[in-house]
Amino acid sequence: MTSFFDAIMVLLILTNLALLGTSRLRTCIHICALQGLLLGTLPLTTTIELISFRAFLLAGGGMVMKAIVFPRLLERTLQDTHVQREVEPFIGYSISLLAGIGLLGFSLWLGSRLPLPSMITSPLVIPVSFFMMMVGLLLIVSRKKALTQVLGYLVMENGIYAFGVAISPEAPFLVEMGMLLDAFVAVFIMGILMFHINREFDHIDTDRLSVLKD
Amino acid sequence: MHALLFLLLLLFGSGILALCLQKSAKAASFVAAGGCIVSCLIGLVTVIRILATGDFPSFHAGWMVPYGSFSMEIDALSAFFLIPIFLLAALAALYGIGYLSAAAATPVSCRQDAGGTYLRKKKLGGVWFFYNLLVASMVMVVAARNAVLFLVVWEIMSLASFFLVTFEDEKEGVIEAGWTYLVATHVGTAILFVVFLLLGRYAGSLEFDRFMASSEDYSHIAGILFLMSVIGFGTKAGFMPFHIWLPEAHPAAPSHVSAVMSGVMVKTGLYGIIRIATFLGPLPAWWGVILVVIGVSSGILGVIFAMSQHDLKRLLAYHTIENIGIISLGLGLGMLGMSIHSISLCVLGFGGGLLHILNHAIFKGLLFLNAGAILHSAGTGQIDELGGLMKRMPWTGATFLIGSIAISGIPPFNGFISEFLIYVSALEGCVSLHAHFAFVCLGGICGLALIGGLAAACFSKAFGIIFLGEPRSEHGAEAHECGIAMRIPMIVLAFSCMALGLLLPFGMGFLSPVIGVITGFSQQELHLHFAAYSGTLNVLVVTGFAIFVIVGILAFIRSRILSNRTVSSSVTWDCGYAQPMPRMQYTASSFVQPFTSLFALILRTRITYSPPQGLFPQKSSFHTETPDRFREGLFRPLFEGINRGLSKLRWLQHGRIQLYVLYIALILFILLILKLW
Amino acid sequence: MNAAYLHLPVALIFAPALLSVINRIKALFAGRTGPPLLQPYYDLAKLLKKGAVYSRTTTWVFRMNPIIGLSAVLVALAFIPFAGSVAVLATKGDIFILAYVLGLARFFLIIAALDAGSSFEGMGASREAQFSALTEPAFLVGLAAVSRATGGLSLSEMYGALSFQTWMSIGPIVLLVAAAFLIVLLTENARIPVDDPNTHLELTMIHEVMVLDYSGPDLAMIFYASALKLWIFGSLLVGLVLPIHGANLWLDALAAYGGMVIMAVCVGVIESCMARLRLLRIPQLLVAASSLSILAFLLLLR
Repeated sequence: MTSFFDAIMVLLILTNLALLGTSRLRTCIHICALQGLLLGTLPLTTTIELISFRAFLLAGGGMVMKAIVFPRLLERTLQDTHVQREVEPFIGYSISLLAGIGLLGFSLWLGSRLPLPSMITSPLVIPVSFFMMMVGLLLIVSRKKALTQVLGYLVMENGIYAFGVAISPEAPFLVEMGMLLDAFVAVFIMGILMFHINREFDHIDTDRLSVLKD
Repeated sequence: MHALLFLLLLLFGSGILALCLQKSAKAASFVAAGGCIVSCLIGLVTVIRILATGDFPSFHAGWMVPYGSFSMEIDALSAFFLIPIFLLAALAALYGIGYLSAAAATPVSCRQDAGGTYLRKKKLGGVWFFYNLLVASMVMVVAARNAVLFLVVWEIMSLASFFLVTFEDEKEGVIEAGWTYLVATHVGTAILFVVFLLLGRYAGSLEFDRFMASSEDYSHIAGILFLMSVIGFGTKAGFMPFHIWLPEAHPAAPSHVSAVMSGVMVKTGLYGIIRIATFLGPLPAWWGVILVVIGVSSGILGVIFAMSQHDLKRLLAYHTIENIGIISLGLGLGMLGMSIHSISLCVLGFGGGLLHILNHAIFKGLLFLNAGAILHSAGTGQIDELGGLMKRMPWTGATFLIGSIAISGIPPFNGFISEFLIYVSALEGCVSLHAHFAFVCLGGICGLALIGGLAAACFSKAFGIIFLGEPRSEHGAEAHECGIAMRIPMIVLAFSCMALGLLLPFGMGFLSPVIGVITGFSQQELHLHFAAYSGTLNVLVVTGFAIFVIVGILAFIRSRILSNRTVSSSVTWDCGYAQPMPRMQYTASSFVQPFTSLFALILRTRITYSPPQGLFPQKSSFHTETPDRFREGLFRPLFEGINRGLSKLRWLQHGRIQLYVLYIALILFILLILKLW
Repeated sequence: MNAAYLHLPVALIFAPALLSVINRIKALFAGRTGPPLLQPYYDLAKLLKKGAVYSRTTTWVFRMNPIIGLSAVLVALAFIPFAGSVAVLATKGDIFILAYVLGLARFFLIIAALDAGSSFEGMGASREAQFSALTEPAFLVGLAAVSRATGGLSLSEMYGALSFQTWMSIGPIVLLVAAAFLIVLLTENARIPVDDPNTHLELTMIHEVMVLDYSGPDLAMIFYASALKLWIFGSLLVGLVLPIHGANLWLDALAAYGGMVIMAVCVGVIESCMARLRLLRIPQLLVAASSLSILAFLLLLR
C-alpha cells in the first residue's frame, strides 16, 4: 500500500512542478483540479482499517470542491474576463522549475529535521505538504495575473490539507471543513472581484494595479 | 636540490644578462629564452627523478629577516606542481622568441608627457627578465617551506607577472588591466599575511614543518583559517567572485605569458589551499562541501560568461575560471572523502583534481599559444572578424582543434581522463554516502555535465567560427602560418594532449605519493585503491585506442569506396540563392544567442540594436557586450564606496614631507607606548 | 560466451529497422501504407553506391565528421548492456564514457556544420549545441539515480540489478527516470517534440539541416550512425522499463527485442500525435527532464 501512497505523493510533486512550468492559464486550472482529485484520495488510503464514513465524507467533499467546484468557478472567471491565456510570469518557466526543485530539496531537508509523531503514514507526506505550500507561495509571488494568485492560494490550501491528513486523518475534520469554506469564499469573491476589475480596467494584471497606490 | 638551486641561479642570471643585452632584441631573446629552456629541462629531469626514486630533497639556510629562513623542500606535492611549471615555461619561452621578435620589429607609438606621440621600438630585455623571474618565483613558491620566504616569492611572482601583463602598454586598456590585477592580487596577499601570522602565532615559528606539528593548537580557528586561505589563494586561482582580474589580465598580456599565467601561475593558488589544508589537521566535511560549491558555481558561471565573449583571449580567460572550478570540485570531493574516511572517494577526487591541474596546464597553454598565433598573423582576436583560418594556418588550426576537444573533456584526449575521475568520484559519493553528502555529489555530477556540454558548445563555436567557413573580414583573409619557433611548442603540447589521453591511465601510480602527502594515507593503502580501479583505467585506454583504430578503418574503407567514383567539389548548398557571400555566414554571436538568451538573467548582455527601417534600409547595426557581472555589480560599487569613505580623510593629505614624517613618528611613538604599557 | 557479443551484431544489423517501424506507425496514423520495412537498407545501399560532392569552402574537418561520428557511436554501443547481459566494455563509471564518446560525435557534427559556412547549417549547429548541453544533466543525473537505486556503478551492474521487484518497491522513481530518458531519447535522436526528421529546409529543424551538404557514402555513414544512436538510447530506456531477465537467455533476449519494437512504436505514436514544440519552449522541456531526474534522486535519498 505504501507504494501506492508514494505514487500519489510523487504525482502531487509532479503536479506542482507542472504548475510552475505551464504557460497556459487553463492548463494550470486543470492541473489544480487534478491535484484536488489526488488529494481527495488521500484520506481513503491513509486509514488502514475499514474506510470510515467520516473519511469517506472528507474525501468526497474535498474532491467535489477541489476537483469540480473551484476549477469550474475559475474557468467561468477566465471566460468572463477574456484575459489572455498566458500566465505571464515575472520569473521564467525554466527558472521557476529549478526553483521548484530547490524548494523540494529544502522541504525534504525540513521534513528530515522536524520531530514527527510516529503514526505518520509515509515519510514523504510532510515534505510534500511543505513543498505544496511553498509552491503556492512561489506562484503568488512570481506571477502577474490575479487568477494565478488564486491558484496559488488553492495550492497552499492543498498543502495544509495534506499536512492535516498526514498528522491524523480523523481529527481535523471540522478544521478542514472550515478551511474549505474559507477557500471557497476566497475563490468566489476573487472571481467576482476580478470580473469587476476587468470591467473597469480591461485587464487583471496585478502589477498594473500598483499604479493605483497614489 | 643542488640542481634546483643551480637552475634558479641560471634563470636569474640569464634574465639579468638579457637586461644587459637589451640593445639587441635578438641577443636578449636568445640568452634569456635559452637560459629558461635549459634550466626548465634540468628541472624536469630532476623532478621526474625525484618522483621516480621517492627521494625528496630539502635545503635549509639561515636568513637575516626575523623568523625567516631559506627552507626549501621538494616533496611529492611540490614535485607534481613543478612538472607543468617547467614544461609550460620552457615551451612558452621558445614560443616567446618568435612572438616577441614581431613585437620588437614593429615600432609602436607612445604618448609623450607634453602630448603628441613618438615612435619607439620595444626593448625586450625587461620582458625577458621578468619572464625568467616569474618562472623562478613560481618554482620557489612551491618549494618554499618558510612563511616569510613564501610570501616574499609570492609577491615577486605577482609583481613579475604584473610587469609582464603591462608589457604592451601602448594598447588601450592594458594599464587598467594591470592595475586591476595588482589590486586584486594584493588584496589576496593581505589576507594570506593574516593567515600565516595567525598560524605563526600558534605554532611559535614560521617554518612549515612547525605548522604541521602543532595542528592541535589552532584547531579552534581552523575553519576561519581555511576560509581565509580559500579567499586569499582563491583570488590568485580565480574562484568566482574573486576572479575579476583574470578576464582583464590574460587578454592584456603577451600570449606566451598568458599561457604561463593561466596554465600554471593560477595553479599556485590551488597549491596554497592544498598546502594550508595539510597544516590544519583533520578536515571537517563542510570544507569539502565549500570547495565543491565553489567549484560548481565557478565552473558554470565561468563557462556561461566565456560563451558570450567576442574576444578569443577573454574567452579563454573565462575558461580558465571554469577549469579552476572543475579542479576545485575534484579537490572538494577528495576532502569530503577524507573527512568521512571514504578512501575511494578521496583517491578519485584528489586524483582527478590533480590530474586536471596538469591537463589544464597543457591544453590551456596550447590554446593561449594558438590565440597568440592568430593575433600575430591575423592581427585581431575578435572571433567574428575571423573565419576560414584552417586553410591558411593548418598547423595552428589542427592543434587548436585538439586543444578544444581536450578542454571540452571529450575522449580520447587528456581532459577527459581527469574529468572522468572526478565524475566517478562523485558517482561513488552518490551511491554510497548519506543523504546530504550524496546530494552534494549529485550537484557535482549535474554541474560537471552542464559545464561539459556548455564548454563543448563554446569551443565548437570558437573553433568553428575562427578556423572554418570563409573569412569574415580582411583580417582572416590575410592570415598566414606562424614561424617554426611558435609552431613547435604548439605541436609538442597538442601531442602531449593526445599522448596523455591514451597513456595517462597507465601512469596513475605516480599520483599516489602526491595524494599520500595531502591525505596522510599510507602508500600500500593507496596502491590498493588504485589497483581496484585498474580495470576501469584499462577500459579508458581501450576506448581511446578503439576510437583511433575504428576511425582509421572507416577512413580506409571510405577511400576505397570513393577511389573509383566521381568526387567533385561545388559551392555550399545555398538553397537556390544565387549570390552567397561570406558575410552571410553564421557568426559567433548568433551561434551563442540561444545561450545568452537562456542565461540572460545572469549575463545581462547589453544589446545596442538599430534595426533596418524603410523600404530600402540603409544602415542598421547590432552590437552586444557582456561585461563581467561581478566587476560591474559587486566590486565597482564596493570600491567606489571605499573611495567615497576614504575621501573624508583627505584633510590628512597635504603633500608636505614634514607632515608625513610627523605622522610616521607619531605612529611609531604610539606603537612604542602600547608595547611598553 | 557473453551474450553481449551476440547482441552487438544484432544491433548493427537491425538498428535501421527501428526507423522503418517508426515510419510505418506514422504512415498508419496518416492513413497511408508507408514505405517498405527494408526502406532504410535500400537507402543505405543507394547512398553507398554513389560518389561524393564536397563544398569548396570545407576542409578535412568536414570529411572526417562522418567517420568520427560513426566510430564514436560504434564504440558507445560496446558499453550498452542488452537484455541483462554484461556489456562488451563494462566498468565503473562507464556511463560517463558513454556520454562523452557520444559527445565526441556531436562535437564533430557541430564543427562540420560550421565548416560548410552556410547560415542554415550554423543555425542547426547552434541549436544542437544548446539542446545537447541541456540534455546532458538530465541523462547523467537520471543514471546516477538508477545507480543509487541499484547500488551498481557500471551500466551493466545497474541494468542487471533491475527487475520487476524494483518496480514494486520504487516504481514511481523508475517511472520518473524513464520519463526523463524518453525526453532525452527524443531530443538526442531529433524526434518530434524537439525536431522534425522529415523536414529538410525549414528554419525550425536541427539535425537534418546540419548534414545538408553531405552526399553519397558520407551521408550513408551519418544516417547509419543516427540509427545506431536511436538503438543506444532505446535500449537504455527499454532496459529500465522492461527489466525482464533471469528466466531464460533466449526469452530475455526476445522480451528485450520486443521492447525495442514497442519503443519504436511509442516514438511513432508520439510523432503522430504531437506537434513540434516552439523552439523557445524546448529548453524548458529539457529543464523539466533534468528536474524529473533530480526529483527521482531526491526521492531516493530518504
